[in-house]
Amino acid sequence: MDIIITGLLLGGTYALIAIGLNLQYGMARIMNLANGELLVAGGFAAFWFYTAGQVSPLLTIFVVAPLAFVANWLIYVVVLRPLVKRAKNRGQLEVDSILTTFGISFISVGLMLAVFGGNYFKYSYLATPVEIFGATYGSNRVTAFVVAAIISAVLLLWLHLSRTGMAIRAISVAPNSARLVGINVPQLAAIAFALGGAVTAVGGSVVSTFLTLDASTGVIFTLKALIIVIMGGVGDVRGTIIAALLLGILETFVARVIDPGLTLAAAYLVFVLILLFRPQGLFGQAQT
Amino acid sequence: MKRRSILKLAAAVAVAGTLAAPVAAQETLKIGAVAPKTGPLAGGAVVTYWPNVQLWAHDVNERGGLDVGGTKYMIEIIEYDDQTNPAETIKAVQRLMTQDGADFVLPPYSTGLNLAAAPIYQQFGLPMVTSTATTDQIEDLSQQFPNIFITLGGSKPITQSLAGVLSEIRDNGDIGNRIAMVNVADAFGIELAEAARPAFEEAGFEIVYDTSYPLGTQDLSPVVKGAKESNPDAFIAFSYPPDTFGLTEQAMIEGLNTKVFFTAVATAFPAYAGAFGDAANGVMGIGGVNQADPDFQEYAARHEEVTGNKPDYWASAMVYSSFQVLEKAIEGTGSLDKAAIVQYIKDNAFDTVIGELDFDENNNNSSFWTVGQWQDGQFKGIASTGREGAVDPILKDGWE
Repeated sequence: MDIIITGLLLGGTYALIAIGLNLQYGMARIMNLANGELLVAGGFAAFWFYTAGQVSPLLTIFVVAPLAFVANWLIYVVVLRPLVKRAKNRGQLEVDSILTTFGISFISVGLMLAVFGGNYFKYSYLATPVEIFGATYGSNRVTAFVVAAIISAVLLLWLHLSRTGMAIRAISVAPNSARLVGINVPQLAAIAFALGGAVTAVGGSVVSTFLTLDASTGVIFTLKALIIVIMGGVGDVRGTIIAALLLGILETFVARVIDPGLTLAAAYLVFVLILLFRPQGLFGQAQT
Repeated sequence: MKRRSILKLAAAVAVAGTLAAPVAAQETLKIGAVAPKTGPLAGGAVVTYWPNVQLWAHDVNERGGLDVGGTKYMIEIIEYDDQTNPAETIKAVQRLMTQDGADFVLPPYSTGLNLAAAPIYQQFGLPMVTSTATTDQIEDLSQQFPNIFITLGGSKPITQSLAGVLSEIRDNGDIGNRIAMVNVADAFGIELAEAARPAFEEAGFEIVYDTSYPLGTQDLSPVVKGAKESNPDAFIAFSYPPDTFGLTEQAMIEGLNTKVFFTAVATAFPAYAGAFGDAANGVMGIGGVNQADPDFQEYAARHEEVTGNKPDYWASAMVYSSFQVLEKAIEGTGSLDKAAIVQYIKDNAFDTVIGELDFDENNNNSSFWTVGQWQDGQFKGIASTGREGAVDPILKDGWE
């Protein structure tokens, strides 16, 4: 029981890390390798507001989200849209976007280093125990789970019930056909990319309450987010959420029952197995 | 025409004359510094290494520069970021010596990068007084690389020292003999854990929980829960900065209230007390300093004044001391001859901010701090292999 709840809490953290990347890769078709740096930037913002003005990270996210949305929208329109226009097929776009965002990640690290310095930053927020079904958990992790749940719920409702959401899902399923029915693909792709960025930055602000970050730790998060997105199926936010929760439970199970040293091995083993037997991921569409 | 050419000649001579006139040139010594500014170890290097480079150059230049056989040389530091990548460290040293015209290169940061760069320092004959390398292999190393010096000790003496501290507390009747031990699955953590197991067992302790976790693990609660379930008297973690903070926070949340709580790297960082405040009281960590030593206090004050940051309480003072060794060796030999400087370092003892530094026949400094503890907001050394000023340990009393 304890394992399941800890696993779910970890899964919530993973969902926060991965949903943004799914929006950017699945819907805007940009494999954003600078995703982890965006998360760290969100964390920095929360750290800065908290240590300078004792502002709770839960309030900071209302500042971080619009800023990240605008920044990512600008990056998409200025740097990435020319790649989209130029790409003759999806494979070429993926390669181009990987290389470009890889470069953006280095630029981001350099900028963060110049602005914030290379120090680790850590602050204690809500690091108090809360009891659920007899075992203790950190309130900050529980809060992260709640935030992840709220963001997932809002996103899913919006994607499935609103017109713009439906249009975005359309461009992830069939980008060429979407144009035929009058959907403004370039504009919506930009919005999806920007939204993904905003979600990731908010996730960063929330996880910074219990993780130690510094300017160079972004790459660890990009890797985790990548395997979760691919496991869950590109293009479907439900898949990412389920994959994140499952991964959290699996890692916690391995850590408690087998050996904490094997968590990474177990995660990547499952990743390889899914790629072998169901390459499109849990919820993805089979490539024709 | 003749007059014009005489005028031209006169003009040329005049110009040549001004160029050849001795300019009151300040001699400069170019000294390279290669360490992480990005990559996994950047967080540590930014606290321990880079501020000391800045402080040392500042201090030497304030005094008018290095006195090399009568001529004063100002120090010019050339910095490179090796991205925590040993290949980049080696490339940077190569570039410093062949392209940038550096006279000396300060050693890199961390055990791994120092060991990787040792061959190229040897190739250029550079004196390499390391200050952030913890290794037991100094005998073999100094055979292979006669220019390398180790100051920060090795895993065996550190774990022996820790076992000694624990034994004393146990023999006083304050704790039992159950130890829960965890380590980060990286060379540093693994080496320390391997040295610790026999040391603890020989001292009569029972290791009731023994596990490792990957570097960068996001959720350490399974590790701490498992440790708590084994009902230990002491919790020992050979950890790196992100997990040092993570384990401490988890222990607070889970209520792991052992009377002895030890985490490794970053416990001695000012940021540790910054993050945990009063709850850090009683936490033991690797390293330590003699807080009561006026030399250290003066160094710490200067460090904060010049660089804007406090020094850490383990390797910072050693880093600065190692630079002082280089400085005094250059001034002592009165020349820039690298071989003579290396010999001078071998033959002499040095008075530095950490105390006296003296190297044995294996180029090893055998007296260094091993265990420290946060007591009343200060990280004090409680055990060493021969440094003065160790204070008595206190027992950890909950997490308030």
